[in-house]
Amino acid sequence: MTKKLSEIRNFAIIAHIDHGKSTLADRLIQHCGGLTDREMREQVLDNMELEQERGITIKAQTVRLMYTAKDGIEYQLNLMDTPGHVDFSYEVSRSLASCEGSILVVDASQGVEAQTLANVYQAIDNDHEIVPVINKIDLPAAEPDRVQQEIEDVIGIPADDAVHASAKTGQGIEELLEAVVTKLPPPREGDAEAPTKALLVDSWYDPYLGVMILVRVIDGYLKKGMKAYFMGTKAAREIDRVGIFGPKPTMVDALGPGEMGFITAGIKDISETLVGDTITEERKRCEKPLAGFKPSVPMVFCSLFPTDNGEYEKLRDSIGKLKLNDAALHYEPENSQALGMGFRCGFLGLLHMEIIQERLDREFDLDLIPTAPSVVYMIHKTDGTIQELYNPVDMPDVVKIKEIHEPWINATILTPDEYLGGLLTLCEERRGVQIDLTYAGERAMLKYKLPLNEVVFDFYDRLKSISRGYASFDYELAEYAKGDLVKMEVLVNAEPVDALAMVVPRDQAERRGRMLCERLKDLIPRQMFKIAVQAAIGGKVIARETISAMRKDVTAKCYGGDVSRKRKLLEKQKKGKKKMRQYGNVEIPQSAFIAALKMGDE
Amino acid sequence: MFGIYIHWPFCASKCPYCDFNSHVRQRIDQHVWADAYTREIEHYAALTKDKIVTSVFFGGGTPSLMEPDTAATVIAAIRKHWPMANDCEITLEANPTSIEADKFAGFRAAGIDRVSVGVQALNDADLKFLGRQHSKDQALRALDIARNTFDRYSFDLIYARPNQTPQAWETELREAMNYAGGHLSLYQLTIEKGTPFYTQYSRGDFSIPTNDEGGELYEITQRVLEDHGLPAYEISNHASEGQQSRHNLTYWRYYDYVGIGPGAHGRLTIDGNKVGTRGHRAPEIWLDKVAKNGHGSHPYEAIDTDQRFAEMLMMGLRLREGIKLSRFTEETGQSLDTYIPQTKFQSMIDEGYITLTDTTITATQDGRQRLNGLLSYLLA
Repeated sequence: MTKKLSEIRNFAIIAHIDHGKSTLADRLIQHCGGLTDREMREQVLDNMELEQERGITIKAQTVRLMYTAKDGIEYQLNLMDTPGHVDFSYEVSRSLASCEGSILVVDASQGVEAQTLANVYQAIDNDHEIVPVINKIDLPAAEPDRVQQEIEDVIGIPADDAVHASAKTGQGIEELLEAVVTKLPPPREGDAEAPTKALLVDSWYDPYLGVMILVRVIDGYLKKGMKAYFMGTKAAREIDRVGIFGPKPTMVDALGPGEMGFITAGIKDISETLVGDTITEERKRCEKPLAGFKPSVPMVFCSLFPTDNGEYEKLRDSIGKLKLNDAALHYEPENSQALGMGFRCGFLGLLHMEIIQERLDREFDLDLIPTAPSVVYMIHKTDGTIQELYNPVDMPDVVKIKEIHEPWINATILTPDEYLGGLLTLCEERRGVQIDLTYAGERAMLKYKLPLNEVVFDFYDRLKSISRGYASFDYELAEYAKGDLVKMEVLVNAEPVDALAMVVPRDQAERRGRMLCERLKDLIPRQMFKIAVQAAIGGKVIARETISAMRKDVTAKCYGGDVSRKRKLLEKQKKGKKKMRQYGNVEIPQSAFIAALKMGDE
Repeated sequence: MFGIYIHWPFCASKCPYCDFNSHVRQRIDQHVWADAYTREIEHYAALTKDKIVTSVFFGGGTPSLMEPDTAATVIAAIRKHWPMANDCEITLEANPTSIEADKFAGFRAAGIDRVSVGVQALNDADLKFLGRQHSKDQALRALDIARNTFDRYSFDLIYARPNQTPQAWETELREAMNYAGGHLSLYQLTIEKGTPFYTQYSRGDFSIPTNDEGGELYEITQRVLEDHGLPAYEISNHASEGQQSRHNLTYWRYYDYVGIGPGAHGRLTIDGNKVGTRGHRAPEIWLDKVAKNGHGSHPYEAIDTDQRFAEMLMMGLRLREGIKLSRFTEETGQSLDTYIPQTKFQSMIDEGYITLTDTTITATQDGRQRLNGLLSYLLA
């Protein structure tokens, strides 16, 4: 049956990508006998191909470990593997809310990274006790003393008793499990007699079982056959399975106060199971739902078009399949003159966007053209209404706009001292406002306010290239603020190319317009006509390039024996024209727009 | 107009730029070829009984490698099966080596009245680069003999050669005017797939003039030839009044022609339907097919009215004279505007690429110079 609260420990693992979180988790599972050596597969928890490859966790997962401590008591340890990226910060916050403590894993040679910081602060915000672990202690480059000092200086938590571990060799694993039992608190509350109250930590779609729901029980019990009530979505569903991961899924009779596990309730659509929702019993509902529930809001938008227009249906089906497992993904059909039929998609952030694009490419073999990412602007109109702008193409006429507001972020950058200058320049170029600059040893911690729009495009790539990969970056959303922004359009022979429209700061418009026109001049093949490429704001041209006509384009010899071949060539061209877009009397290959979109901002 | 094209598929050696159907063989039995040509002529004559032959053209390959007797046999076969126009033009393509030039009299006697000589360049270094087996002096001598032997002669030059400057080409062209008769063919060098030049060019052994430079060379060509009374009547062909190649005009004006020999193409109207014929390219296979079937063509290709329209347009716009609008109705039963919307023509007219009168559609010089793009715009 269920354990006493004092014999339960729920904890999360916090780590930067590559600092060995999953390997360490695997080692804990192995030590507690969750899997035999033979069954042990590297990084059991990250079971999605992409997660394994990129070392990131997208879905929260739990594993129940049974550990008999030195005090002779068998403890139930529920290990929570949280999504490790700011894009999923809401999911992270819910995962953390389901635990009382965290293991903070820091690489013994790399030290603290920006992403670790954000997550550890979130854990502290959730009243977590923290056990620091200095991992990869076996590596020759390990500097545990320096890293310990850094944890104290940068994060501000005591680290003198940090566990020194090596997930690779198994060193420190026993010590770590003891620390979990002795230093982390048991669940703080939990009334077995009270009406059921459980937190919906995460959910995903399983093709055999339907939607699996990861839960943390606060009060009461979740049992098979019970009619559960989801307080956020106001839906009642009968629970048909209750289980735990050990890490293999195992059915149990019930989940009681303080425990974690999963339930299924015959649900097919993941959008019914919102992260952070409160699950109670239909007939005996708890009084108040758990605090902190909010549906996810997409922050970054881009449009996705299939390179081959014939693959639109396939793209629609594929996005639909991803959506099954990703309530945060938003999408709706879009018809672009330049790029054909596609979808306007909303993402939680940049990584989320990248992951979706990669999965579409990899799992569904789709060749996609993404447009430049954009944020959601608030258009304050002269008539007093506010329009949320998801796509620059939909920008209302300038005379109807009073103000445009854009989202800002609070960014944290940790970097070796030598790259500080370059990064300061980058932040200033991107309209950043410096908030703070502090040092921890030889590393600088830089805090900036930045417009999200300036970050979505290639900020991260630039940051990595300036710092040779050493700087780390994390952000959280701040507020909307008024900006001096304009919609810039690109016109080919006086006709706007919808896919290339963008919102830019007024004082950068000319530079970027000129750059885009120059780029298109190189990308659009010369034709029999002169082609004008222009950038314009509200009908006023700010940059212009002319592509001169081909001086000569004719086959030298065409006699009786060449007629069929030449005609067939024209017939073939006709088919190829499906990939061309007509602008006035000029046909532009779709590939030119694709290349323009792919080239980034430099 | 109705032309007969005879393809002689052999050369003494292959030129590195040439992608025509030509083969090098140690021994060629001219009698066997004369017989096979005769048989194929019989075959096509039976399909085109009502036609009057207005031109015969011996192309290749290198047809000047034929024995004059072989040519005589072929001409005799044509005369036997079709009525011939009084002014029927009979052309032979010739290489200007001394051996071939010395055969010119024999060809004259066989009935050839016009030669087209493959001079290609007027300096020995470029002739060597082009893989030609003759020198400039030999070429000039061949032209002398041609001038004295035949009623009409023409020669070819290839320009836009590697490192050829506009000045150098203009000088060479002006020199060529000294040797020219009433007709000249001036081709821009193009790198064709499957040729040695293609491989060499792809790996960067040499470069050729850019599009802009090629355009300049073309424009120089037009200017110099115009000054000398040899205006372009087609993209690459120049002639004084009345000296155009009637045989080639047959192709460009989209009249029927018979293709005899390996790889030769024909366009025949049989009971109002257009078919394309295409001989097997390999000489031995063609001979074999002729022996078995009486002709060496692949199955005839049906050419529907849309295709007839397209072919007529793409061939006819190569000519300075343009296309008589009545020809579209004659050929397809439909007028030009049923195939291409007026708006498309209008934008081409506005660009100065086309002129359209009540009777004729013509590509301007600017239009002809960009004819590939123009056709692609109109047809594709």
